[in-house]
Amino acid sequence: MNLLDRKLVFVTGKGGVGKTAVTAALGLLAAERGKRTLVCEVDSKGNLADFFETGPTSFEERELQPNLWAMSMDTEASLKQYLQLQLKLGLVARIGPLARMFDFVATAAPGVKEIVTVGKLCWEVRERHYDLVVVDAAPTGHIVGQLAAPQAINGLIQVGPVRQQTGWMLDILGNPRTTGVAIVTTAEEMPVNETIELQGRLQAETNVDLAAVIVNRVLPELFGRGEEEVFERLWDPEVSSLLEDEIGGSVEPLLEGARMAVTLRRTRAEHLERLRDGIEAGVPMLYLPYLFARSHGLRSTRQLAEALSAELGF
Amino acid sequence: MAARTKPEAEPTSLESLLAAKEIAVFCGSGGVGKTTTAAAAAAMAAVKLGGKVLVLTVDPAKRLANALGLQGFGNEEMRVPVSAFKAAGQPHPRGELWAAMLDTKQSWDNLVRRHAPDPATAARILENPLYQNISGRFVQSHEYIAMERLYELHSEGNFDLIVVDTPPTRNALDFIEAPERMAEFFSSRLLRLLIVPYRSRVVNLASRPFYQVADRILGSQFLQDIAEFFILFQTMYAGFVQRSQAVARLLRDNRTTFVVVTTLEAAPAHEAEYFIDVLTAKKFHLDALVLNKVLPSYFNDEAAATRAMLLTDRAPELAAKVAGVTGDDSAQVERVLAEVGESFCNFGVVAQREASQRAVLSAAPAVVASVPYFETDIYDLDGLLRLGEKFWT
Ligand SMILES: Nc1ncnc2c1ncn2[C@@H]1O[C@H](COP(=O)(O)OP(=O)(O)OP(=O)(O)O)[C@@H](O)[C@H]1O
Ligand SMILES: Nc1ncnc2c1ncn2[C@@H]1O[C@H](COP(=O)(O)OP(=O)(O)OP(=O)(O)O)[C@@H](O)[C@H]1O
Ligand SMILES: [Mg+2]
Ligand SMILES: [Mg+2]
Repeated sequence: MNLLDRKLVFVTGKGGVGKTAVTAALGLLAAERGKRTLVCEVDSKGNLADFFETGPTSFEERELQPNLWAMSMDTEASLKQYLQLQLKLGLVARIGPLARMFDFVATAAPGVKEIVTVGKLCWEVRERHYDLVVVDAAPTGHIVGQLAAPQAINGLIQVGPVRQQTGWMLDILGNPRTTGVAIVTTAEEMPVNETIELQGRLQAETNVDLAAVIVNRVLPELFGRGEEEVFERLWDPEVSSLLEDEIGGSVEPLLEGARMAVTLRRTRAEHLERLRDGIEAGVPMLYLPYLFARSHGLRSTRQLAEALSAELGF
Repeated sequence: MAARTKPEAEPTSLESLLAAKEIAVFCGSGGVGKTTTAAAAAAMAAVKLGGKVLVLTVDPAKRLANALGLQGFGNEEMRVPVSAFKAAGQPHPRGELWAAMLDTKQSWDNLVRRHAPDPATAARILENPLYQNISGRFVQSHEYIAMERLYELHSEGNFDLIVVDTPPTRNALDFIEAPERMAEFFSSRLLRLLIVPYRSRVVNLASRPFYQVADRILGSQFLQDIAEFFILFQTMYAGFVQRSQAVARLLRDNRTTFVVVTTLEAAPAHEAEYFIDVLTAKKFHLDALVLNKVLPSYFNDEAAATRAMLLTDRAPELAAKVAGVTGDDSAQVERVLAEVGESFCNFGVVAQREASQRAVLSAAPAVVASVPYFETDIYDLDGLLRLGEKFWT
């Protein structure tokens, strides 16, 4: 099943691997393929807006371009909406101090903040406001707590409307045709370790399907078969000095640079190998190139979207 | 124990900085290399400065943990054996390197045992069904416990220098403010309000609607569970607040220094800027900035970039000449030359961006140190020391 044919995709991964960049690219691609798409960043201090070169996101979703909306999560605002729309307690939401008290309870009680976040996302899906909701979700260390919040709440709260709410959320989260997790990683030691670990924890502690593993920042392969030997012979003093005469200066930094790129890629190939061994056979692996760009804005988001498009077989 | 000298002047390197401090906190956004650089700094301090140096680390990569002798989990400090230094080509480190990992759950349990009025209360708290969940999550518990553990290790006085790795946080404030927030939380009026109905029958008129609504939404059983837990926790209140205030003081102490770690990519660098602003504004001792995974400086050489372009543009013609010398297939040489030139230009673009990020960032702290991008993984003491040599002086 194609990643974009799901309704709700949580994008996670170790810190700094490119979760936000990939979320933006997935959103852009889906929107350009005609899906009404919402991208939501769970971290209200996040940098999603940078990848679209637009103003800061807020809880109110905003249309960025045809078919593409963006918002950021705000647990307090979400709680208000939740009280209003789902528990039909609009009045309460308007009483400031009470909302503050709830915020306090939410800080103390495990799962309340998480359920308010996940609940809002599931609700958008249930109400069919969008064809696809892409979430720039919590990093690997925290995503399980978020996705498992409905179960946690079920275990703690025996009765009442909150308890009743968890049922339909679990249905949405647990349906692989609807919901999936995409883990973004790079071909480095720690990100790969955390990806493999997260696969296990998703299975053990949540009912959410692993939809894809996205390997970001893949370095280009400089040399093909036999070419590396050709490259090594460029270091030969006779060859080097020939080239130096032609290009008007030392070739050494150029050769050093290429050697570094080759070694980097080789070290990473080992981690990729480990990743492929560790991820279950049915899970699609998508590869996105390292972008050698001065700055990362809409242009690089578009480049990543194009790469994703090819990887997803469009 | 080696004597530690205290230079009067501003520190000019990580070496002189760490020589003058008892605690160094390495912070920065996710994945920038906090764990790696903190371990490397500790290893260097053990080798060069002497004394007993501890690195308090959070979730290191397995290979690195193994290299530091941290096979199991648990809070115990372990000494990195001299044989490991021998293997890394440093048979005679001046001091000792110790390592400890942060075990959040165990640290919380210890905290409860320490502050509970009696063992029976401690046991009841530890058994409370909410405790397990809560100790794992509430009020930045991870950040708090890291700082709390640091305080404990520091006050035991077994180490000359403690280098602290921090958990990845979105917000620098999360852990520097965690002790204060923890104290606030436990002295909060809201908390007292929450547990009042379970202590006495008199409910303040103003808060009655809150309980009614809370009851309807969460169910009274759940509220009661929460309240019971907090009532138990209140028995530890005084000790807890005092302790978190002491932790907060230690973080601001002159003997503590903060080191911000970042890469020169846009997003982490932007965040580092924010970290620096906050730490400075809040009067923490921010003394160093570590720029990690920096590309080699030759990528910034514009003349070299011009030559790289020539190499690519003139690849066909140059290839013919090279092939004449090496006997290789000229088409193959052409591809190789073109790739070498293009790759250099690609990395050059990134290096340029790094240079401008560096200019923006380097203004603030006294010490700015760079660590190059290592093409191979750093997973043992040898690797840590090689990395450490790059940013030590
Ligand atoms: N394919 C790529 N090529 C080059 N740079 C990239 C690529 N993907 C992301 N980056 C850059 O890496 C940095 C981190 O990316 P991003 O902010 O998306 O990561 P993240 O996983 O969301 O980080 P955090 O955990 O802090 O939220 C950014 O500066 C971004 O521009
Ligand atoms: N200078 C460097 N050159 C090459 N690789 C490095 C360098 N510094 C760190 N790394 C690698 O980068 C990865 C991330 O480093 P590390 O785990 O130290 O980051 P961190 O900031 O502690 O991450 P987290 O925020 O997840 O705790 C590791 O695989 C590490 O080996
Ligand atoms: Mg992000
Ligand atoms: Mg770390």
